[in-house]
Amino acid sequence: MSGNHPGLSNNFIRSGEKFEWSKENLKEIKKIISKYPKERKQSAVMPLLYLAQEQNKNWVSIECIEAIAETLQMPKIRVTEVASFYSMYNSQPVGKNLIQVCRTSPCWLRGSDKITDTICKETKCAINETSEDSLFTVVEVECLGACSNGPMIQINNDFYEDLDQESTKQIIENIKNNIPNKIGSQKGRKSSENA
Amino acid sequence: MSEESLINIKINNKEIQVDKNLTVMQACEIVGEEIPRFCYHDKLSIAGNCRMCLVEIEKAPKLVSSCTMPLMDGMSIITNSDKVNAGRKGVMEFLLINHPLDCPICDQGGECDLQDQAMYYGFDRSRYQENKRAVDNKNMGPLVNTIMTRCIHCTRCVRFATEVAGVPELGMLGRGENAEITTYLEQSITSELSGNVIDLCPVGALTSKPYQFKARPWELKRTDSIDIFDAVGSNIRIDSRAQEILRVTPRANDLINEEWITDKVRFNYDGYYQQRIDQPYIRKNGTLEPVSWSDAIKSLKQKLKQSKPLSLIGDQVDVETGYAIKKFMKNFGDNNVECRTDNQAILQNNVESIRFNTPLTEIENADLIIIGGTNPRIEAPIINHKIFKAYNNFAEIFNIGENLELNYPTHQLGEDLSNLNSENLQKALKKSKTPLMIIGSGFLSHIQDVKTLKALFEFSYKNKIITEEKNNLNFLTPHASRIGNLLLENTTSNDCQPLNSINKKDFDIVLSFGSEVIANSEYENLFKIYLGHHGDEGAMKADIVLPTPLYTEKYGTFVNIEGRPQEAKKCHNPIGQAKEEWSILKELSNQLSLPYEIESFEDLRKELSKNYPELLFWNNVISVQKSNETSENNQFECCKPTYPISNFYMADVISKNSITMAKCVEEILSKPLLEKSA
Repeated sequence: MSGNHPGLSNNFIRSGEKFEWSKENLKEIKKIISKYPKERKQSAVMPLLYLAQEQNKNWVSIECIEAIAETLQMPKIRVTEVASFYSMYNSQPVGKNLIQVCRTSPCWLRGSDKITDTICKETKCAINETSEDSLFTVVEVECLGACSNGPMIQINNDFYEDLDQESTKQIIENIKNNIPNKIGSQKGRKSSENA
Repeated sequence: MSEESLINIKINNKEIQVDKNLTVMQACEIVGEEIPRFCYHDKLSIAGNCRMCLVEIEKAPKLVSSCTMPLMDGMSIITNSDKVNAGRKGVMEFLLINHPLDCPICDQGGECDLQDQAMYYGFDRSRYQENKRAVDNKNMGPLVNTIMTRCIHCTRCVRFATEVAGVPELGMLGRGENAEITTYLEQSITSELSGNVIDLCPVGALTSKPYQFKARPWELKRTDSIDIFDAVGSNIRIDSRAQEILRVTPRANDLINEEWITDKVRFNYDGYYQQRIDQPYIRKNGTLEPVSWSDAIKSLKQKLKQSKPLSLIGDQVDVETGYAIKKFMKNFGDNNVECRTDNQAILQNNVESIRFNTPLTEIENADLIIIGGTNPRIEAPIINHKIFKAYNNFAEIFNIGENLELNYPTHQLGEDLSNLNSENLQKALKKSKTPLMIIGSGFLSHIQDVKTLKALFEFSYKNKIITEEKNNLNFLTPHASRIGNLLLENTTSNDCQPLNSINKKDFDIVLSFGSEVIANSEYENLFKIYLGHHGDEGAMKADIVLPTPLYTEKYGTFVNIEGRPQEAKKCHNPIGQAKEEWSILKELSNQLSLPYEIESFEDLRKELSKNYPELLFWNNVISVQKSNETSENNQFECCKPTYPISNFYMADVISKNSITMAKCVEEILSKPLLEKSA
């Protein structure tokens, strides 16, 4: 399973486009680097990978890695090592919204299979695939740590919990129509209080 | 060791006193307890990721990896309990889960750490029933073969590339089951020391490409020898079977090469058998035609009778041969032997002006290093590694000469020696406590006036490069024969431009002992005799060509840049009709009725040791008298350096003929610069 996750592949690829930091990101980078001692600049590699991923349509290309290596004056292989270690850095191109469906026992008992089916149907893409309009990529993952609020999914950086088929459908619909979604429990629970 | 730094510990209930800065593993080694390990290596940083070196420490709840554990006072360590054995057996079983166990087809078989340790800690069958993982092989260039499924992720190669070779190009991607060792984007490693990862790899994941499927270690005959492809004198071990050399590996010598050797000596052995001169040749009607030895000697006798010969000594001539040449040439007068075929400037009778005066182990302690007219990365990669160590100890490196592609940053000072007086350098020198200077033949072969050499000494006195206790003014030659032959005084009396100032009209014959300079136009009118082993420029232009053995085919002594004589032993008999130089010269002397009382190689050594005893005290640096060169002027000549070697992989006749080296040039050197700086 894990081999198909876009964040867990060791094969980084070139996007073919030049990667240059945007103006806002350059400012942000300055701020991040200033948090670390001068000679330990490379400590900033993880936040910079996040910035690069955000700027580069949700994935880290070789161009991004090379830009980070140059910014932080560290060997490219060291940046690659970090990027490949963490599953949150996607080494393959993904859709604008990376949907990770939890399928570990607690979520599965609460009906994660149905959620997966709904998502696949609504986004019109199979597991581990990207939809034609590159709006969605769907992957199944193991526990994301919100077991008491299962079933749950993660879309990019946000959790959506206490899902059923209806609410899942609504979330996908909202994304398609550019309407902001309510993050967290879809049943109005606060964090993981008793249901 | 002061009293305070000692602590009392117990190892297997034996009480001992050891230095408190050691790790548990090092302490165990002192008492002779062998600890199994894969990732730990004394020349590399400690990683602690193989978990093979588990030991029990009293009061510790779990087994501890001994390589990462610092000692504490009163510690009681147990290395042989059942618990320890069970722990190591468990680790071994896990390591073997994803190891292919393809020992019968693995090049490492017979000298494999995993194989050996599995004999002690392995289980005789597997309990593992899942699918084993398989990993794609990676490209690491023309020298290192990879079978990555065998990798156990000790990361020795990664640490070596980063810490020793100074080219951070290797890394471990992914994690857990997906962890893979690779170079950045699978490019070739661009280090001159890359072959050492083969020795470091404890399993068969990284093996030698040229040696692939050639032999098993137990079939090989071991010969101890010396690297003659640079002047550092790295200790090597030549493995051969019958009359063929199959591989070259390093011998550990902490005073010189530690455990590393360059890729050139490790991989150019296929060149030993290419383009060999296997019998004598004489030029007849413009072409070289094979003749018998007796005919060759006969015509040589004719030529040498009442003639004035000049002898040029090549870059790979041992001391014994040098002495035989000296002895032979004495019959024809003085000032007719020259080993400085690159015009290296020296101060006569001053050994400090020819050798590398800092002990090689001390280079890393320098806090300021000036490199002038040399590219240590290709002229002496081992020295370069030591400079890199100094750089890691926060030394500042200044470079005078061209902008070099070194693996550490340098302050560029401009192209000629007068930049020694530049303000930046002077400021840094004032702060520095242990400055060190390396002057290479790039400058030395251009110096026209001894004043410049003397000014270098003067500069060193002034800036504490030379003090009462130490001499850190170093001269670096890339040629293995040079120091030995200079100590034999096989050189003409001119300090500077020795070869250029020889009047070629004074001579009518030139004898070249493996020197290619006779191909130059100024020797056109001389009768040229080439004694060597490879047919290259020199032999092509010669009128008589005589075959001589390679350094692996005879015994010989080479003096390294420090002035340390070391013996290169004979590995197998000479190829074809090659004869050792001293016996050729003996034959000639007999024919010409000249005195030459040497009947055997032993005689030659005996006489050599009588006249130059220090040159046969192997492994000891010769004693050097402190010189006191002073100079009024502090002015250096303006000259731009020309570097003696531009292509690391093809610097001499042997490596020029090596197919492996040709592949290196193609795959490593011809890469565009942008890609190279991975």
